[in-house]
Formats: sequence, structure tokens, C-alpha cells
Amino acid sequence: MNLSNGKGSMSTVSSGGGWKQAGGDVVSDQFPAGLRVLVVDDDPTCLMILEKMLKTCLYEVTKCKRAEVALSLLRENKNGYDIVISDVHMPDMDGFKLLEQIGLEMDLPVIMMSADDGKNVVMKGVTHGACDYLIKPVRIEALRNIWQHVVRKRKNEWKDLEQSGSAEEGGDRQPKQSEDADYSSSANEGNWKNSKRRKDEEEDPEERDDTSTLKKPRVVWSVELHQQFVGAVNQLGIDKAVPKKILELMNVPGLTRENVASHLQKYRLYLRRLSGVSQHPNNLSGSFMGTQEAAYGPLSSLNGLDLQTLAATGQLPAQSLATLQAAGLGRSAAKARMPMPIVEQRNLFSFENPKLRFGEAQQQHLNSNKPMNLLHGIPTTMEPKQLANLHHSSHSLGSMNMPVNAHGGQGSQSGSLLMQMSQSQPRGQMLNEATGNHVPRLPSTIGQPIMSNAMAGGVLARNGLAENGRGAGYSPITQSSSMLNYPLNNSAEMSGNTFPLGSTPGISTLASKGGFQDEVNSDIKVSGGLIPSYDIFSELHQPKSNDWELQNVGLTFNGSQQSNSMQNNLDVGSSILAHQSFSSGQSNGENRNVSSVVKPIFSTGDATDHVNVHSSGQLLNTFFADNSVRVKSERVSDANCQPGLFPEQFGQEDLMSALLKQQQGGIGPTENEFDFDGYTMDNIPV
Amino acid sequence: MEVGQMQRTWIEYTKSLFSEGFLDAQFTQLQLLQDESNPDFVVEVVSLFFEDSERLLNDLTRALDQPIVDFKKVDAHVHQLKGSSSSIGAQRVKNACIGFRNFCEQQNAEACLRCLQQVKQEYYLVKNKLETLIRLEQQIVAAGGSVPMEELSF
Repeated sequence: MNLSNGKGSMSTVSSGGGWKQAGGDVVSDQFPAGLRVLVVDDDPTCLMILEKMLKTCLYEVTKCKRAEVALSLLRENKNGYDIVISDVHMPDMDGFKLLEQIGLEMDLPVIMMSADDGKNVVMKGVTHGACDYLIKPVRIEALRNIWQHVVRKRKNEWKDLEQSGSAEEGGDRQPKQSEDADYSSSANEGNWKNSKRRKDEEEDPEERDDTSTLKKPRVVWSVELHQQFVGAVNQLGIDKAVPKKILELMNVPGLTRENVASHLQKYRLYLRRLSGVSQHPNNLSGSFMGTQEAAYGPLSSLNGLDLQTLAATGQLPAQSLATLQAAGLGRSAAKARMPMPIVEQRNLFSFENPKLRFGEAQQQHLNSNKPMNLLHGIPTTMEPKQLANLHHSSHSLGSMNMPVNAHGGQGSQSGSLLMQMSQSQPRGQMLNEATGNHVPRLPSTIGQPIMSNAMAGGVLARNGLAENGRGAGYSPITQSSSMLNYPLNNSAEMSGNTFPLGSTPGISTLASKGGFQDEVNSDIKVSGGLIPSYDIFSELHQPKSNDWELQNVGLTFNGSQQSNSMQNNLDVGSSILAHQSFSSGQSNGENRNVSSVVKPIFSTGDATDHVNVHSSGQLLNTFFADNSVRVKSERVSDANCQPGLFPEQFGQEDLMSALLKQQQGGIGPTENEFDFDGYTMDNIPV
Repeated sequence: MEVGQMQRTWIEYTKSLFSEGFLDAQFTQLQLLQDESNPDFVVEVVSLFFEDSERLLNDLTRALDQPIVDFKKVDAHVHQLKGSSSSIGAQRVKNACIGFRNFCEQQNAEACLRCLQQVKQEYYLVKNKLETLIRLEQQIVAAGGSVPMEELSF
């Protein structure tokens, strides 16, 4: 890369793959020139100076004075920016809040800047996930190197992707170059998340030409493409969704298996995150992950993403969420409203989660856990309306058909449910905390999972996405999980869509998704949103409410699991779950194993099918159901239904307990308190 | 005055502004940013700074004039003024703001008023200087010459 003289313009021919230019073309040789920067500062003088400096560095600059404007710009154009620079002190929104939201929704690197160089402020930047902190007055030299943050992030994403279940990708690992291409998709995460939510998963292969450009062109996961992707995943089933098959199903010219693989990873993470998003703000993440603190950042970003996405999609009006919440809250166990849609949504989200590290997933998990509980308690019959709203995002998720649909058209509901959930997230969180398992929790949790779907964006944001926005990610998942649980509880049939009553519905869904199995971390416990049966959750009664592993459903579950191929995910998860004795009494600690967590049952089509197939999901359900009680109180993180594990229905309880155990074990501090208790427990007629 | 002479005057004047502390290295950065594609960059930024600062100073005056002073608000304004003045290189204004913020923290209204006066003073001083400088530059350009930015490496 030669740094030109003079104004320091950068003309670089780095090896980095192409950066997706604003126009969508891949520019591989120009990097970092053309880096798309969004600058937010209420000080017009600074803004102008920064713009000039950045332009001198050959970056593409967009400036705005207000944080809200910045957010809407980012949302409208999910893949339109590579990095954001924001001032700390702004009149309309705190810079750190913006930072969190961006991290959650779009997962872009954010640089903070301020004339304030106090240690506390800088520390705040670090803890909120800023990738750098510049002291004003900013010199051009400081801006020259900001591209490193973008590359670093991509690299890390790549690593995550590789780590988590890249088994199927095997030697297809792409060199760094391809990373860019693939990572572009991560950059597009928000993008496709939205798209997921907005549209229903359809299997209409689209011609995508992006991938056919140049060397390792960056794949732009547009809304349509993502829809196709999700559709393919759902169709295959989470546990069976391997990149190769997905690729075949998608039938997009120019798309490579690697592209799909990395995207899948992200998706899983996203789902996981969704499920893992607990109501707890930072706490959760902290406690949840335990070690994952680091992951925290990314997690939040994902969550935020979800939320944002959800919010962005605007599909989910706050009201729906509120309604949902109200409904959930109002009803006690009967709330099984949260139909699977949530779960499904979660699935979608999990994809996005791939980016999240496991740790993150956990956090999400936490978040999602909570929601899971909610779902549990919430009657699966979500008001269609609500669901529809929520589902907005879920729809977009693609056929996240909530397995719960079995319950009754939850699918669409899920969307709304999710939305609602996301909204309720804040509440849910609170609820989760509360030991009330009653459904009321659901709303909050739901909110969380939902968040991911679409609302997540908005709602989650509100909830502070688990402070880190993690919740956002989770919400959708959580919801789904809860939803899943419901069915489980109610229907003792784990197989098929019906999520075993006792078992954690979420789990089953997770299981069905199969694909997600991997993702289903222990964190995701039921939340994988896969399992429509909330029952699991309710049954789970996990003492640790937090670790609704479901939440992590989407997320890669405990590292170990990750290695499982997508397909295995479910199986693994389920099997694990299955093995884990359900015994409701099982503490979450043991659930850890279940981390294989049922991946969110993305399977398109009815969840039932998936459930059967992936029994794992069911397992989860059962698992959850079993542990639902526990889950509620504890973190179900472990309860991540490991969809893959239980191919057939194993005792839900086992699953649940396994999950619970995992969750509990894994969760560590129960900050996450998912308070699933509140939810599912009550509702689930164990 | 012929171009060469104007240019020399400009150089001397600029140097004095730096040595007297009115401007700091950040201003040089701005000057270096100016190029053919954006020949009025410095003027634009400086104008923006004037506008913004005057608004802030008015806000500050109003805020400190209240029977009950909202120090948080005052501090926010001062912080912003500090940020923009530092971005433009108006060193003395920036320094005055730093002191000002301390008194805001202490919630000392009287001291804040004094600081405000001081900030205003520094602001008008640097405004004056910058306007002179810009006028000089415009004269040079009008006379067909170019502003010898490169001479600023001192």
C-alpha cells in the first residue's frame, strides 16, 4: 500500500479483497481508498474538517449532524458504510448509545471521538465496544489508519465463522482475500437481517451477479439473496442446512459455497444471539458469557442489529410489541402466544449471529433465554395480529416458519410476536428477572427475540439490548424459543412440529432447524426459536433463567458444538438434549452439554416436520420443557437445544434438563436471569 | 502592494499568530488541507467556526443569565466550544474553555461569568486576527499570487 505524499491520500493496493463500493462494485485494489465512512458530529466546524480530512485520505464520506439521522442512514443502507465515526457528546443522543445501536444493528466498527480525553470517557468507549477513541482535535494522521478497524473486524468475523462449525467448509477456507468477499456479507448482516424480516423466505433463486466480479468479489447479501438463503436453510432444515445444499437450493450464479458458508455462520450466530439476548443488559452479557466479555461487543452489535433491523423494517410497530407484551403479561401461562414465528425469527437471526463469538452468543443467550421463558408461558397462540406484526421480521427471516406454526399460524405471528417481544424485551428482561414465570415474561422476552427479527432493532434498542444490544439479537430468538416451548409443553409430541409439551419447545424448534444446531450453543437454549414449543421452557423451570440456551439456539453453541456441521447441530443438540435427562429438576448446569442447542429451527415449512426430523429441536423442547421451570429462573443458556443431538424425540425432559443443565452450568452468574420462569412455567401445562 | 510583499506580510503575520498562541498546529493542518480542489476550505471552515461560536456564546450568556443556572447545560456548551475551537486551532479560546469547564463543575456561577467574559474576549481577538489573515490571502490571490502555505513550516 503506498501512502501517497502530499495530503496523504491513500492509494493502496492492498491484498484485501474488494471493498464493496457504494455502488456495489467490488474494488479490490483500491483499498483502503473508497472506504465508506459515516461521520456523526453536531459540531459543524468539526464535521467539515473531518469530512475534508477523510476525503483527503480518499475515503468516501457521508456526514450528518444528528445521531438519529445517522441511524436512519445506516438502516436504510445497511451495506452502505464500512465504518462510523461519532462524537461522544451530542444533543439528541448520547454517542455511546449510538455506538451500541450501531454495533447491534449493523455491527460496523465505530470510532468515538471527543474533545474530552478523560480516562472515564475513554473507558466508556472501550466498554461500549468502540473500536477506537480519538481525541479532538483530530489530526489527519489519525484518520489515515481507520481502515484497519474495518479489516480487523472482518478478519475476526472470518475467524468466528471458521471456528464455529466450519466443518463443512473444510478446506474451503478461503484465503484472506475471500474473506473480504465473505465478510462483506457480514457487513451486510444488518442487511440481510432486514431482508429476512421483511420478506418471507422464498426460494426464488435470484441472479446475483455480485459474486461474479473480480477476484473474491465481495458477496453482497442483499435482501433478496438473504431471503433465498434463509429459505434454503429453512427448507433444508437447520440441522441439514449445509452450505453445499443451501447453495444448490439457492441456485444463484456466481455464489460460492464459501460465501454461503460464511453467511450461514453469521446467520447462526445471529440466531444464537437472538436467542441469547436476554433482558439483561450488560449484566447478562457479563454474567452470561462469563468469559465472553470480549464477545460482548460483537454481541451487542448483533443484537443491536437485530433490533435495528427489526426496527428498521418498521414492520413491527412498537405497538404490536406492546400488545404482545401486554398480552403476554396479561396472560399467564396461557400466553403461548408466541408462536413459533419467533423461533423462526430467531433462526434467522442466528445467522447473523455467526459473527458473534460464542461468548456473545451466550450473552444473547441470556437475552434470549429470558424471552424463551416468556414464550413458554405464552400460549403459543399468539394473536395473529400480533404475530403478524412481530413476524414482520420473521417473515423476512425467510421461512422461519415458526415451527410453532403448528400451534396455529404462529408463523406470521411470530413475527409480530417477536416484535412484541422485542418490545417487551425491556419488560421481558425485567420479567425475566422476576421469577414470575408467568407469561408476562414472555412479552418481554419475546420482545427480545423478536427484536432480532425486526423489531429487535427498535425494541431491543430500547431495551438497551441487553445493554449491549445483545438483547436485541436475542429477542427474536428468545421468542422463538419460548414459542417453541409452548408447543412442546402442550403437545407432548416432540416429534413433528408439536413440541413436546414438557420439553422446551424452543428446543424442538431448534432441533428441527438442524442446521442451527451448531449454533445452538448452550446459550441458546431453547431460544433457538426453533422450538415452537414453549412447553419446554415452562417445564424447564430452570432455576437459571438466564441461560436460556435457547436463545443461543441460533448461536453456535459451546465451541464444541460448533464444530458440528450445521446438520449436526441439530442433531447434536438434540441428542445432547435427549441424553440429558430431562428431569426438570435438572439444574441448568448440566444443560451445558446441551449446548449443541437446538439450532433454531429454521427449517422452512412447518416446524413440525423439522421437529420430527430434527428431533433435536424437540429434544430441546422437551429439554426446555423440562427445564423450563428451571430455565426460567436460570439461564437456559445451556439448554440450547442441541437440535442435532436428538434426532428423535427423546424425552423432552431429558432434553430440557440437559439443556438446562448446560445452561445453568454454562451460565455462570445468573445475571441473565432470564426469568423465564415468569413465562413459560406458568403457561406450560406441564 | 505587490504580490511578493503581500506574501511576505502574510507569512509574518501568520507566524506571529502562532507564536502569540492565537493559533496552534491544528490550524496548520487546516491550511494544509486546502488544495486546488477546495481552494476556499480554510475560509469556509473559519466562517463556520465563527457562526457556531457566536451561537454558543449567546447560548452561554443566556444560560448564565438565568436565575437558576443549569450548569450541565453550560458545561455542554462550553464543551462544544472547546471542541470546535480546538478543531480549528484557536488555542487561546480552547484554553479559556478548559478553565471555564472547571468552574462549571464547581457550579460557581460568578466564576463562570468571568470565564465567559474571558472566552468572549479571546474569541473576538482570534476572530479579528483570522479575518485579517483571510483578507490578506484574498488580496494575494486577487493580485494573481498564491498563498505561500509551504512557508509555514516553522
